[in-house]
Formats: sequence, structure tokens, C-alpha cells
Amino acid sequence: MIQIKDLHKSYKMGSSSLHVLKGINLTVEEGELVAIMGSSGSGKSTLLNIIGMLDLLDDGSYELDNVLIKDLDETKAAKYRNKFLGFIFQSFNLINYKTAVENVSLPLYYQGMKRAERQEKALKYLTSVGLLDWATHLPSELSGGQKQRVAIARAMASEPKLLLADEPTGALDTQTSNEVMDLIQKINQEGKTILVVTHEEDIAQMCKRIIRLKDGVIVEDTEVNQVLATQYV
Amino acid sequence: MFNQDSWQEIFETIRKNKLRTFLSGFTVALGIFIFIILFGFGNGLKNSFQEFFLDDATNTMFIFAGKTSEPYKGFKANRRIEFTNDDLREIKDNFPFFLEYITPRISRRASVRYKNEFDNYTTRGVGPDHQYAEKTIMMKGRYVNELDVKNKSKHAVIGRLVARDLFKQEDPLGKFINVGNSVFKVVGVFQDEGGDNEERFVYIPYTTRQSLEKGNDKIDQMIVAFRPELGHKGSLAFERQLRVFLKEKKVIAPKDPNGIFIRNIADNIKQNQEFANVLQLIVTFVGLGTLIAGIIGISNIMVFVVKERTKELGVRKALGATPKSVIQMILQESIFITTISGYVGMALGVFLLKNINETLEDYFIKNPYIDISTALFATLILIIFGGIAGYIPAKRAASIKPIVALRDE
Repeated sequence: MIQIKDLHKSYKMGSSSLHVLKGINLTVEEGELVAIMGSSGSGKSTLLNIIGMLDLLDDGSYELDNVLIKDLDETKAAKYRNKFLGFIFQSFNLINYKTAVENVSLPLYYQGMKRAERQEKALKYLTSVGLLDWATHLPSELSGGQKQRVAIARAMASEPKLLLADEPTGALDTQTSNEVMDLIQKINQEGKTILVVTHEEDIAQMCKRIIRLKDGVIVEDTEVNQVLATQYV
Repeated sequence: MFNQDSWQEIFETIRKNKLRTFLSGFTVALGIFIFIILFGFGNGLKNSFQEFFLDDATNTMFIFAGKTSEPYKGFKANRRIEFTNDDLREIKDNFPFFLEYITPRISRRASVRYKNEFDNYTTRGVGPDHQYAEKTIMMKGRYVNELDVKNKSKHAVIGRLVARDLFKQEDPLGKFINVGNSVFKVVGVFQDEGGDNEERFVYIPYTTRQSLEKGNDKIDQMIVAFRPELGHKGSLAFERQLRVFLKEKKVIAPKDPNGIFIRNIADNIKQNQEFANVLQLIVTFVGLGTLIAGIIGISNIMVFVVKERTKELGVRKALGATPKSVIQMILQESIFITTISGYVGMALGVFLLKNINETLEDYFIKNPYIDISTALFATLILIIFGGIAGYIPAKRAASIKPIVALRDE
């Protein structure tokens, strides 16, 4: 699903330049649930942003679903994101004046889907995260966990090949975190490839593989025995 | 791209962001509204001005007689000059090329009475052409004519307000009034756009006035009209020749500044026209200023709107919105709002101007108006600049990396 070879990325900070990623080699197969761990400044979010085409790489190569991702202009990146990727953010990033169902159908709008079809599909995904009854509520009327579930439904709605979650439980309490991880595990069990950036050990243990980053290089890449979140829910 | 779906998306955004929509719409509507009102008032001011200064014929000269200040050819200084009917005839004979018409005017205060009503009015002994010089408009009956002048008839043409004061509801035509100690028959009632004072005159034939004053042939002043096609320059040449001619005839020193005075209306007109132009310039300037203020207002609002939406735009881009679709969305929304509110503001402004009409006449604003093409043009300008003002921040927002936009809190 993902092939990354010798990836470098640095940021210019005034006159000096900050070398964030120093030669990452990474392969992720279809159906994997990978946790990317590391302290802040380790480059884990940068890596996710490059995989998510929210940011550009300096050097190396990146293939997603056997498509070489290069020479991205914003228009092309937007199309790839829409086609390949679903995002889940720490701060949910729901559009606050749109209802749950409208938020979920937004990526479908950018796919050019007809309105009625959008509505139907969005409701289907809201049902799958257990929020059908909240479809017409605004984000401000939802709890944190509910917001994240709406965000997950939104990420799923465009039926992406890859789901990217940046600290999906960072803003949630333990109980809600477990519920959200349960949902992510279930989506994974249905065959979806998912990358989760986190700095919480117990969240990482709920994935199938942990990649640890330190100072811009991978220091550890291990398969783990997945802890099922269901038992805590 | 302008499909039903993108409109639906925009209507949804507008409906759910009422305050924002109201603010930007209000700015535009207010801008165009104030522009139209100010521009209309400016035009109203111009109307009043024209009424005050431009109501009389513009191709006339007033000739007055005075006292000489220099001795000349055996005459001593301080001699009173007087015009006579003879002068009228000679000017007519000598200046056929320049002259359109000439009429005398002899002004006298007199008590005018009809039955028990009476008051003091200025009577003017005039010739038939005086009607053109003053742009007198006949409401009833006729003006003083050649026959009146020839027969020295006791016929009077009275102003609208004279008729109202003396006759109340009665029809003055054919009635007899006392002017001083003589009885005159009213043959006409006139109005004048020069204001109330101009409608309190009584016109009588100048020959009649002369015969009442012991049958002399003296004239107070002469009003001479030159052919309009001569223009301002031609009128100056005429004035010069007329002065030389009259000074020679009345034996006045060529260099004597007194004795004869000629007031050329064309000079006044030119000054007044210049003043009107300055007024027009001020009106245009005020209009432009308001428009620019409006444009700045929208620009500010648009910058604010885009700034406020930066994060939302980042989310949209992460979900697959292309930069083009982002720009299009913002532009479509801003142009939609400015168009609707622009035309609302314009309609309100035009409506208000229409209703003001005469009510502000006391403040020298008469019939304020704005021609519809100016109003439409101003509205269009505001819409276009609203679009540009939206486009620049929208383009910037669309080119921000989504990752940066998402971090925006």
C-alpha cells in the first residue's frame, strides 16, 4: 500500500534549516493498522503529513497504491487526497456550521457526487459509527467522542484506500478514547489500512505494528499483539 | 462549474452564517445607498442653483444711464444722462447684425387696488420683447403687445401673486384695477420661475407710463438681446461697439467710466456656469469618495471573512477541495451577496430620492435625482471591486498549504 524510500524533509527556519526526516524507509501492506510513535519533534506528524499529501517531501520517493506521488501541485494533491485518503484529526476539524450529516457528505461533494446520493451515503456511514440519531445536529451539540466519530464517518465516506489519524484520541478521555479505538479497530478488521500517530503507549498497543521515530529516523519497527479495545468499552 | 450543487453549497453557507452575510451585505448596501443619496443631493443643489441664477434669458445686456464724471466738449462733469425712445430706435437701426430684440424698462412703485384689496407693487413699463428677456410665462390672457405700445393703452399684465392677493378666487382677466390714479384693464396673468418676487410685478406698455408722466419720452434702462449664435466673444464685441455708439450720441468722454453702464448677462452666466461646474466637481468628488469608502469597507469585510474561514478552507482542502474550487466558492458567495445587497441599497436610495422630491427645497436641494445609468454603474463598480476584494484573500487562502490552514485556530 505504501512504499517510502529514503525520505528526507527539512524546514527552513530563517537562515538555518531544520532537518526533520533523515532517510525514512517504510513499507506498509494493505490491511495493516500501524501506530507511529515518538516524542514531540521526532518527525512523526511530518511523516504523516507527507503520506497524507498535506506536505511535500524534499528527497526520496513515495508510492501510494503503486502510484508514484511526485510533482504535486495543489490541484493534483487535492484530487489524490480526495481519492486515496481519509483524515482523522486530533481537534476533529468538523465545519462548525454544518450538521453531522453535512460534514460527512462534504468529501463526496468534492468527488462530484449527486446530492441525494451524497445524503444516502453519509447517513449510511453515520449509522456505521452509531450516530444516525444525531445526523442533523451541529458539532457544537455533540460530545468530543461523538465529534470524533463523525470525523471518522467523514473520513470513511469517500471510501479511501488509506486512513490517516493524527492523535485521534489526543483530545478525549480514556473511556471515549477506547470507544474511538474500538471503532478504528473494527474498520481495520474490515480490511482498511490505517496509520495512527500517537504518543500514548496504550493506544499504540491497540494497533498491530508500532513504528518508533526518534530525531527523524525509525529506531524501532515491531509487530505487536493487538490489545482489543472492545474489552474496555 | 456554476452548477446547481455549488449554488446549494453557497446558499447553505449564507443561511448558516447570517451575521457574516449581513455584515458584508450591509456594507455594500450602505455604501451604494449613501453614494446615491449624496449624488442625488448634489444634483438637487445644482437644480436650486440653476433656478436662482439661470432663470432669465442668457443673451441679454442691461443698459443704465448715470451721471458723467468728466467734462467733455463744453459739457461739465456730473451731468445726468437720460435715455429716450429715440435711443431705442437708433440702436435698432444701427446694429441689425447683432441685435435680436431691444426693450425699454421703466420701473415705478405704485399702489394697485381692486375693489377693497390693495397693496404696493412695482410696475414696469415695457415693450413686448420684455417677455423674452425675463422668460415670463403667460398663465392667462396675453402679454403687452405692439398695439398696446402704439396706442398707449391702459392694459396691465399682472403677476400670479398680484392676482392672488387682489382677486382671491376671482378671474382677473378683463377686470379693471387702479394703478396709482389711473384705471387699467387686466389683459394677462403671468408666472416666473425666478421666485416669488418676480411674480409681484405689474407690466404695462412703456408708452402708457410715459404719457402718464406728462407725455415725456424718457426711459430708465434698456434691455438689449444679442443673437445667441454670436456667443460670448460676439457679445463682448457688441457691448464695446454699443458703448462707443451711445457715448458719442450722448456726448460723453470716451474714457469716462460713468455716464453709461452696461451689464452683460453673458459675463454673469459665464461665472455662474463656472460655479456650477465647480459644484458638479464637488458632487463627483463626494460620490467617488463614498464609492471608494464603500470599496474599502467591502475589502475589509472580505479579508475578515476569508481569515475567519481559513481553518474551514484547510479542512475542505484536506477533504479534496482544489484551490480553484475554494476560490470559486468564496468569489461566488461574495459576488452573490454584493449583487443582491448592492441592488437593494441602490433601490432604497433611488426610492428615497424620489420621495424627497420638493421637501428639502428650503435647504436648497430641489428635485434631487440620480440618472439610472450612474446608479447602475456605481453599483457595478462596487460589485466588481467586491469581487476583486474577495479574490485576493481567497487566492491567498487557497494557496496556503492545508497543513498550515489546519493549524490556524
